[in-house]
Amino acid sequence: MPPYCWRKGSTVEISVSVNGTQRTSEVEARTLLVYYLRDELGLTGTNVGCDTSSCGACTVHVNGESVKSCTMLAVQADGENVTTIEGLAPSSDELHPMQESFREHHGLQCGYCTPGMVMAACSLLDENPRPSEADVREGLEGNLCRCTGYHNIVKAVLACSGQDVS
Amino acid sequence: MIPASFDYVKASSADEAISLISEHGDEAKLLAGGHSLIPMMKLRLAVPSVLVDIAGVRDLSHVEDRGDHIAIGALAKHRSIETSDLLIAQCPMLAHVASKVGDPQVRHRGTIGGSLAHSDPASDLPAAVLALGGSLIVQGPNGQREIAATDFFTGYFESALAEDEMLTEVKVPKSPGTNWNYQKFNRRAQDWAIVGVAAAQVDGAMQVSLVNMGSTPLRATAVETALASGASAAEAADEAANGTEAPTDLNASPEYRAHLARVLTKRALEASGVE
Repeated sequence: MPPYCWRKGSTVEISVSVNGTQRTSEVEARTLLVYYLRDELGLTGTNVGCDTSSCGACTVHVNGESVKSCTMLAVQADGENVTTIEGLAPSSDELHPMQESFREHHGLQCGYCTPGMVMAACSLLDENPRPSEADVREGLEGNLCRCTGYHNIVKAVLACSGQDVS
Repeated sequence: MIPASFDYVKASSADEAISLISEHGDEAKLLAGGHSLIPMMKLRLAVPSVLVDIAGVRDLSHVEDRGDHIAIGALAKHRSIETSDLLIAQCPMLAHVASKVGDPQVRHRGTIGGSLAHSDPASDLPAAVLALGGSLIVQGPNGQREIAATDFFTGYFESALAEDEMLTEVKVPKSPGTNWNYQKFNRRAQDWAIVGVAAAQVDGAMQVSLVNMGSTPLRATAVETALASGASAAEAADEAANGTEAPTDLNASPEYRAHLARVLTKRALEASGVE
């Protein structure tokens, strides 16, 4: 086997920029990105919901794009830039505009889906800065809210894009 | 759920990846975006001993104009296909179908090569490439060969790819204009199609394929034959389920799928300009 192979049970050194800080860790190749973030780095803001790529609670950004971190291996993030919900706000006493909009428009009830919703919503606005309501609903189809709070979530995203939702 | 342990190898070129899968045979799997493979590994539906990560292989993410066709690298992500100006202008059906795969998060990671090599009869992109009459370039230890999409899907999650071959490129004919359509019927957002129908006019002939109407994505040959002999959209669509063996599952019986195939084919044909 060539030298760039890691045997079962051994660990792989990965270096990932997480929320702007370069982190170097040893992980098993089978470690999922979400467990690396939560268990290895202690970034528990990213939730595990369904663990089957359906619910979007574990959504983070990899190189600025939303991905489901339960369906990506940590080794696949080696050398990449990862942003989690903890890295979104500009400072510890200030919210990101999307977080502020979710608060303003009551875009959450129990809050479990919220970190993933906010990350997916930010990625959506990056790709489509002034979405229609239908664009937002379709753009968030990978994120489930079991409190059925979609209406206010959609409102929060539209408001964050600078559109009147009154 | 965590996948079972595996040896992990990073390949930096297609040749390197092919030599690794040649060495390990069916114990090895190629990992691209991982959006079909990783869920299967978590559920132990796939337990490869060796995982060959090809995400770092360069020069396989292109979308290029090659005269009469467009060549798409196997590692091109669904999102880059969905947003490719070249495809939107020259093969709008493929760009549109890519936008209907899964959800945005899935489209940011999943690749066209992965989707085709996985050969899921319920997937969107295999049916699109099939309706377009595209072809697939695969590379093995002894060089490349080209396989017509109509010969590529050989069984349930099975393709004409040999154990030591890797899909490197997908070719689709230029098919600009509005004579195309994709109908995807599902009950939940981001779900696979219960039945889907892709239709595209290529070189003057209407080509139609069916999603989730058998063990592979299928060309609706009975519909195409009827259209070629002058049938209307409604008459041709009546033939949609002929010769198919639709699967049964929690979502639908074969009879219901046959009904959906007829209804969706009529809609797809009418939206493609067939009267």
